[in-house]
Amino acid sequence: MRTTSPTQDFVRGIWKENPVLVQMLGLCPALAVTNSVANALAMSGATFFVMSCSSVLISTCKRFIPHEVRISSYILVIATFVTLADMLLQAYAPVQHKELGAFIALIVVNCMILGRQETFSSKNNPFRSLLDAVGTGIGFTIALVMMGGFREILGTGSFLGVSLFGPNFEPWVIMVLPAGGFLTLGFILLAMGVIEQRKKAKDEQVTEVLS
Amino acid sequence: MSQESNNQDRIDVDIQVENSDSDNAQDGSAPQEVSTFRLVATLAIAGALAGLLIVLVNLHTKPIIDKYKAEQLRLAVYEVLPGVENYDTYYLVNDELSVSLPSGAKESEFKRVYVGRDANGEVSGVAISRGESGFQDVIMVIFGHDPVTGKLSGMKILDSKETPGLGDKIFKDMDFVDQFFAGPETPMVGVKIGAGKGQPNEIDMITGATISSKAVIQIINNALAEWKPILDKGIPQAPADAVSAEETP
Repeated sequence: MRTTSPTQDFVRGIWKENPVLVQMLGLCPALAVTNSVANALAMSGATFFVMSCSSVLISTCKRFIPHEVRISSYILVIATFVTLADMLLQAYAPVQHKELGAFIALIVVNCMILGRQETFSSKNNPFRSLLDAVGTGIGFTIALVMMGGFREILGTGSFLGVSLFGPNFEPWVIMVLPAGGFLTLGFILLAMGVIEQRKKAKDEQVTEVLS
Repeated sequence: MSQESNNQDRIDVDIQVENSDSDNAQDGSAPQEVSTFRLVATLAIAGALAGLLIVLVNLHTKPIIDKYKAEQLRLAVYEVLPGVENYDTYYLVNDELSVSLPSGAKESEFKRVYVGRDANGEVSGVAISRGESGFQDVIMVIFGHDPVTGKLSGMKILDSKETPGLGDKIFKDMDFVDQFFAGPETPMVGVKIGAGKGQPNEIDMITGATISSKAVIQIINNALAEWKPILDKGIPQAPADAVSAEETP
């Protein structure tokens, strides 16, 4: 069906098909918990764990899952891993767990994870599913940390909790509010669009010259 | 952005292909009508396994989580009651304070306060914890109360899911938290910053987190309204062996 190399499986999710910036999936956590870099990192880590485990398990068990109930089965698997992540975080990293609060439970409804199961893990072997999940997870982390960085620097004048501008900086409170999330995402997508367009124009120029 | 539309097309195609026939290498059996029983059985088995896994991990993590919470609470009591040597947990049994519980009763069913004593064994403060609705979810507050002067000796948020960056300032913004250490008169009133009249019971609320700030003030006022009549009846002396049960940090 699709002929891609394992390397492509891995690299694809990082930039070319970045889940947040290109596929526009998983926007809920991308908007909600990116008001600081630390939160963005913790969220990415939890999502990464859930996605890798679900991908491997689902691609291992895909034979036993009837087509009609596949979505329910995927959700069940994802929800189980989210609950495990929630309990393990609470036991071994209580500080981060307190920071993320309700957003950990919301990983269940992250359509990025469900999307990977439906389009990839249910059709490929566990190893390639893991590569795909890890690549997508890295892409998700990049997007979240990028948003978290912008919002934390502008909204509180610090990066990872370290103050950057000294006491005279007047923080843009709006950047840590939900509205700031939408603004940041909008500007990042705008920048992505401009880069993409320039690249396209350049490619066309090259083809013209060659022909 | 052509990448995105390509991707979308591909998903649609995949679904159609799978519904009619499957050229999936992995799907060995020809897709045919699957019996309802098999669908139900698959989900039931998966659900049972998921449940089992969660229970197993919970059995493992619950003691760690409980231990951490108890430790947090112990530290919080010492934090909100400065100068306390040790403390005892008093339960509210039939409207009376008691160190021991009626036999056979579960500890979690009783309301409680933590009575701190100084080096001479005199009561120097009472820590009360209480939860009420904040902006997102229940906020759990613990605060120290001096039964003699009726003032606060400290306040700490035990649990909150308030908006990160705004509502969580109720425990991150030290300008707000420190107001409770100064020993304000109770009941307290929340005022906008700069709008106060200099009364000793005024608390400057956090800009952008009015609901969270009000909730904290409300929790303390309600808790005092509930416990003050009980505490005013006097705190029974702790049995000698119970005093040494708690260690100082």
